[in-house]
Amino acid sequence: MRLILTLIFLTLISVVMVVTVIEMPTFGNPDNPTNNEVPQKYIEDAVEDTGALNVISSIIMDYRAFDTLGEATVLFVAIAAALSCLKAHS
Amino acid sequence: MTDIALKLFDNMYYLVSMVLFIIGFHTMLTHSNLIKKVIGMNVMDTAVFLFFVSTGYVAGGVAPIIEPGVEQTYINPLPTALILTGIVVAVSVTAFALALIVKLYHHYGTIDAEEIMRIRSTE
Amino acid sequence: MEDIIIRMISRISVPFIMVFGFYIILHGHLTPGGSFSGGAVLGSSMILFALAFDLEEGHKKLSHKTSTLIETGGASWFVLLGLVGIYAGTGFLANKTGGFPMGVPGELVSGGMIALITLGLGLKVASTVITLFYNLIEGDSHD
Repeated sequence: MRLILTLIFLTLISVVMVVTVIEMPTFGNPDNPTNNEVPQKYIEDAVEDTGALNVISSIIMDYRAFDTLGEATVLFVAIAAALSCLKAHS
Repeated sequence: MTDIALKLFDNMYYLVSMVLFIIGFHTMLTHSNLIKKVIGMNVMDTAVFLFFVSTGYVAGGVAPIIEPGVEQTYINPLPTALILTGIVVAVSVTAFALALIVKLYHHYGTIDAEEIMRIRSTE
Repeated sequence: MEDIIIRMISRISVPFIMVFGFYIILHGHLTPGGSFSGGAVLGSSMILFALAFDLEEGHKKLSHKTSTLIETGGASWFVLLGLVGIYAGTGFLANKTGGFPMGVPGELVSGGMIALITLGLGLKVASTVITLFYNLIEGDSHD
């Protein structure tokens, strides 16, 4: 019974996903909506503003360094939670 | 009918990420072992990351390491920079889930989800 | 485990894996890589050492107190480097307007704040991986 319900649900989801893949823009097209002027500005001004040759490093550590601070916090809190869960004696 | 197949063949990266998502979801729903559910969650995370990163590809572009003096078209660096944070969050969630499974095993003596629900309903 | 082939091979290859991990971390602003992948490689080399030899020797090389110090030091180092920008007059986490030396793009000493943050985050990720491994493989004993 549970197996039949799972299969029906997964078939519905997969039909919706395949229709979405058909409607998406072509893979690798330079005229995609995601390639507007924002990545162009990051690529052009990266070497002058930050001095690093790796554009991705200059994005995650200079333009958007606050998100990296949040991610370091997530790592720290996850390890603290896992340690306090494992070392708790009854 | 053939143009649908051709469009699916062009967007092969998106189709494969959807297939991986369905496989991970099926693993998470069907098996009753807790560790297999965690593995299914990891496969679903990998599928989402693959889908997100492959939206940034530009045909004929190279990796965004700028060589001074050479004119080249680079790929879109923004999706890759966003997914780096996502990968670390997925690793943290997996680590915490595995620590909880260790504590569950010490308390109940089994890691079968149905057994645990049966034990809890008769306490 | 007590296999002589694994011990011989890991005795040879653990220093090279560590040097490779440090190379990925330190050249984070010039080549692909950065802090997260370099930290994962560095942590994996210590896990290989602890698996091939005894876990006791792994505890002697990197004790619990040292790994705790590295992990909290990495997070505090990030916040301290951000507060330098407030001290100079501009906002939090400023690189060029905050007074860091820029240098020539393409050298190892360039990029201001980026190289320092990469080093701190790389050590933090390595310490996270090692601490998680030690605590998952023996829960109650040995502390």
